[in-house]
Amino acid sequence: MRIKTPLSEEVVRSLKVGDVVHLDGVVYTGRDEVHMRALDMCDKGEKLPVDLNGAAIYHCGPIMRKKDDSWVLVAAGPTTSARMNSLEPRFIEGFGIRAVIGKGGMSQPTIDAMSKFGCVYLAITGGAAVLAAMGVTKVLGVEWLDLGMPEALWILEAGNLGPLIVGIDAHGDSLFKKVEEEVSRNLPFARRRLGIG
Amino acid sequence: MIPPDLVEEVVVNILRTAVTTLPSDVVSELQKAEAEESDEIARTQISTILENVRRAGEIAVPMCQDTGIPLFFVSGGCISEIEDAIKRGVVRATEEVPLRPNVVHPLTRRNAGNNLGIEMPHVNYSPGPRDYVDITVMPKGAGSENMSALRMLVPSEGIRGVKSFVLDTVVSAGSRPCPPTIVGVGIGGSSDIAMTLAKKALLRPLNVRNPHAELQALEEELLAAINQTGIGPMGLGGKTTSLGVRIDMAHCHTASLPVAVNLQCWAARKASARIFLDGRVTYSTEGFW
Ligand code: SF4
Repeated sequence: MRIKTPLSEEVVRSLKVGDVVHLDGVVYTGRDEVHMRALDMCDKGEKLPVDLNGAAIYHCGPIMRKKDDSWVLVAAGPTTSARMNSLEPRFIEGFGIRAVIGKGGMSQPTIDAMSKFGCVYLAITGGAAVLAAMGVTKVLGVEWLDLGMPEALWILEAGNLGPLIVGIDAHGDSLFKKVEEEVSRNLPFARRRLGIG
Repeated sequence: MIPPDLVEEVVVNILRTAVTTLPSDVVSELQKAEAEESDEIARTQISTILENVRRAGEIAVPMCQDTGIPLFFVSGGCISEIEDAIKRGVVRATEEVPLRPNVVHPLTRRNAGNNLGIEMPHVNYSPGPRDYVDITVMPKGAGSENMSALRMLVPSEGIRGVKSFVLDTVVSAGSRPCPPTIVGVGIGGSSDIAMTLAKKALLRPLNVRNPHAELQALEEELLAAINQTGIGPMGLGGKTTSLGVRIDMAHCHTASLPVAVNLQCWAARKASARIFLDGRVTYSTEGFW
């Protein structure tokens, strides 16, 4: 299935955990520092340099190369989303983002915010940075480059970015939670195999 | 003496190779895993990884955007003056390959932009034969490195304690180290020695057996148990949580039993060069075993 940003609440709500999607349209990168600065500005009532309504935010610190006067994307795999656990619920609520792309899933407060405000978590294969970069057709710009290359807010144009697995849907379901439950069920057997059961 | 310029050149070459090419032992384990995964999502993850590695090789770009911190292992009989050449090689590779500038001050978080800093690149030296120097680079990403763990066990906890700690570490790391992982384990020594052993254990290719029979058996047992957990590729569920367990050990104090775990993501990048005194160089992504 192909989806395109800006995403509507309706499209986002139609997705279910385990669905595979490919994404088109503008995607913003944002890691720890972007989250902190944006929320800080929000608290102070300042306006962000980009409009995140209906946007997809990508937990990614890319490798960029400057060619003449424009930026070329070299590699753009995801970073561990859990680092943004404490910031994402406010980010979803405050800016109206509809998709978070990353790896490893996020904790309960984010799952709750996603179902409350209509947002999904899309898991992209960790480390598969070359394929991810091939799903980006253009670097549209950059803000906050003072945060350093990995932490800056890069504005990317996605073209068939994926495969992305719906890891958390807008109905409170999480594939990661399901796997965790499965792992707890399997663990006693694994321990018994090691003779430490 | 080996000319510093040659060392610098070799460092750029092995860094480039390490971040763009996955060692063949890792690729072949991933291929086996792809064939064995019955879960659709799990198989997609591994196929995506393999396709990504293939493309990275074709167009000679880093397979993962986290090109790690530059960790070097150097052994040989004449290793003075190598460190400066390694530094120059890292600066050049950061520009030429390119690598992501990852190295920051631990407290101010300032990034010099060239992957240099205090004790970075980090070089582990060990003595070796007089007629060549081996340089291995292991660009280590943060996703898996951040899952490292150390436990100072009570000796009475013994092998059971070791097994339990390794399994628990892998389970609590979950999806974060980009599984399928390789699990490096260091047993014995002191706290710092155990951590170093765990990291160095990752240098041994997946198809080279542990020289200690009891550790070989422990590696196999732990791998089977880890893959029974169902964490799977990227933590999305499946059979392939790890591709291998690698264990190294050292004797230790009669009152201690340190055990360390160093996780390596699927992007198990490394490359080595052997520089002979006459200037000849041979390269390998699996190292010299
Ligand atoms: S854990 Fe490894 S594969 Fe994953 S993003 Fe980091 S370096 Fe890349």
